[in-house]
Amino acid sequence: MATASATQRRAAELNVLARKQRSLWQDAAYRLFRNKAAVAGLIVIAAAFLVAIFADISVGDFHFSIAPYSPTLIPQPPASQMEPLWTGSKYTDPRYLLGTDFLGRDILSRLIYASRISMVVGFVPTAIVFALGVTVGLVAGFFGGWIDQLLMRFTDVIYAFPDFLFLIIIVASFRTSAFGKIMDGLLLIFVAIAIVGWVGVARLTRGQVLSLKEREFVEAARSVGATPVRLMWKHLLPNALAPLIVTAAFAVPGAILGEATLSFLGVGIIPPTASWGGMINEGFPLFGTNPWAVLMPALCISIVMLAFTFVGDGLRDALDPRMKT
Amino acid sequence: MADLLEVTDLHTQFFTRDGVVRAVDGVTFRVAAGETLGIVGESGCGKSVTALSLMRLIPQPPGKIVKGSIMFDGQDILKMDDDDVRGIRGNNIAMIFQDPMTSLNPVLTISRQISEALELHLKMDKSEARKRTIELLELVNIPSAKKRVDDYPHQFSGGMRQRVMIAMALSCNPKLILADEPTTALDVTIQAQILDLLKNLAREFRTAFILITHDLGVVAGMTQRINVMYAGRIVEKADTGELFANPKMPYTWGLLRSIPRLDESRRAKLVPIEGLPPDLIAPPPGCKFEPRCQYRRDICSEKEPELKHIPNSKPDHEARCWGTQDGGWLVNTDWRHEIGDTRVLEAIKQETASITATDTPGE
Repeated sequence: MATASATQRRAAELNVLARKQRSLWQDAAYRLFRNKAAVAGLIVIAAAFLVAIFADISVGDFHFSIAPYSPTLIPQPPASQMEPLWTGSKYTDPRYLLGTDFLGRDILSRLIYASRISMVVGFVPTAIVFALGVTVGLVAGFFGGWIDQLLMRFTDVIYAFPDFLFLIIIVASFRTSAFGKIMDGLLLIFVAIAIVGWVGVARLTRGQVLSLKEREFVEAARSVGATPVRLMWKHLLPNALAPLIVTAAFAVPGAILGEATLSFLGVGIIPPTASWGGMINEGFPLFGTNPWAVLMPALCISIVMLAFTFVGDGLRDALDPRMKT
Repeated sequence: MADLLEVTDLHTQFFTRDGVVRAVDGVTFRVAAGETLGIVGESGCGKSVTALSLMRLIPQPPGKIVKGSIMFDGQDILKMDDDDVRGIRGNNIAMIFQDPMTSLNPVLTISRQISEALELHLKMDKSEARKRTIELLELVNIPSAKKRVDDYPHQFSGGMRQRVMIAMALSCNPKLILADEPTTALDVTIQAQILDLLKNLAREFRTAFILITHDLGVVAGMTQRINVMYAGRIVEKADTGELFANPKMPYTWGLLRSIPRLDESRRAKLVPIEGLPPDLIAPPPGCKFEPRCQYRRDICSEKEPELKHIPNSKPDHEARCWGTQDGGWLVNTDWRHEIGDTRVLEAIKQETASITATDTPGE
């Protein structure tokens, strides 16, 4: 008997795997952090976040701002259309590193404050889009039948509109209403982007659920008495998460670009609040005299977009190594 | 002893574009508390659908339980509302699935999956459930259970995953466990271990088992009674010993004949049952096995026999066959002689084997 238990103990020892096991997510994180472009993207995004937070922060009596001026300050006498210092032209002013816009407001300060709009507009509508789209997709895919028909036909209707046109129509029609003026028009933009965006997520989620719900582990979970809600959120959603995360990583820059485009067209953030798209709009008529007022915000948009795209690509490769393009 | 489960005239049908598939067509059986019942038959005979029907897990649509009653512990499962059925699933009746590779959720840890039933039915909190999960894993002989509870299914081998499935099934001390081909997806050495485990657990916890399989070898050592199913119906029921000693239905004979035997010559060929089970959308009007039966007579294709007691057998031995029932032409037929004396058969087999051997170049 002694030998038998010794053998068993030995077997138990051997069963402890030598290599430390990594979970699915740890594995994905490892692959993500090995991707240089994605890491660079993450650093840029983190930096953009810090800039947005410290644009203007007050804790009690403590007040701190990395922006040299208020974004809406028009100095007296105005020094408008100044160029950045490094151009060395006679239209520079040592007080304004990146120059001033057509009203003489400091471009650097405006860029810093505008980053807040872009960061918020990137994440808040994406969160709404996913909350709504995932719920609709889960319910439609899981229950099927008339519920699926109803939800998906409704989704199809919204899907049928050209995305951007729909966005402009919504924003343009509610811009002058009381609702459109809340938070300088930011809330309206959130809602508009969410309304346009959730259908894609709903379709993606539904497609995932349709194939996942036929898998045996769902039946097994049912056989231990799991409720439909539990099946959807605890069993189906975690399995559908990888493609959803990738979609989210691309939805964020999409929303940022959406806001910038709306503001550029003059139907986005209500002036004088600074937003990168709005700054391009304001600088555009005088592009010939001072192109920097347009180039600076355009550069900001490009860098942030590129960072998100790198991270999105990295996430896709990390979460689905087979899909590598 | 009072019956734990009493299934009466169960009909489960699938409504497809091509017609109504009568997957389970009037099945009646009982399981006493602590008893082990085997349900045997070919693929597509309605064994699994019967099991799923018992827990009301038939996907609906296209499936539907159209008729019958399933009395479990004095309550009709078919008349319960969804909440009550969920209260029974995993708690009073648990199920072990065929393929452990696909029956575990790949993105949840083992501990979360086993804890699920504990949290749902026994209202345990996380730490209690975790403790119990480790106990359960030890019970099903998973080595270093404490270290492995937080592993994911892909870190387990097939046999270990089936042990995990068994642990899940046992978690709430159910009165009845449905094991749907629990060893089919495993290799033979692991099969034996899993069957041993099930046998010991059934004895230890006095849990009733319904063991569904196409492998008569599996049920022989495990079960007290056996129901043989064919085309959605029970065609023979008897005690395990009686069924193997004195089978009374040509279909059962066919199943027994197709078991490979160690004591036969290596060249001996298996004797399969010719043909396929009938189309369940339009089954034959008479005996469902008639088209494949070598003993058939005219009456077989005209009228379907009842499931009833067979002369020359134990009192609770019933079969659905005109030939072996009272006044039939197979009453005194010994199936073993019917396929020929084993020695005669052996001689024939060797002869055929030698013919093919000379025909095959290089042998």
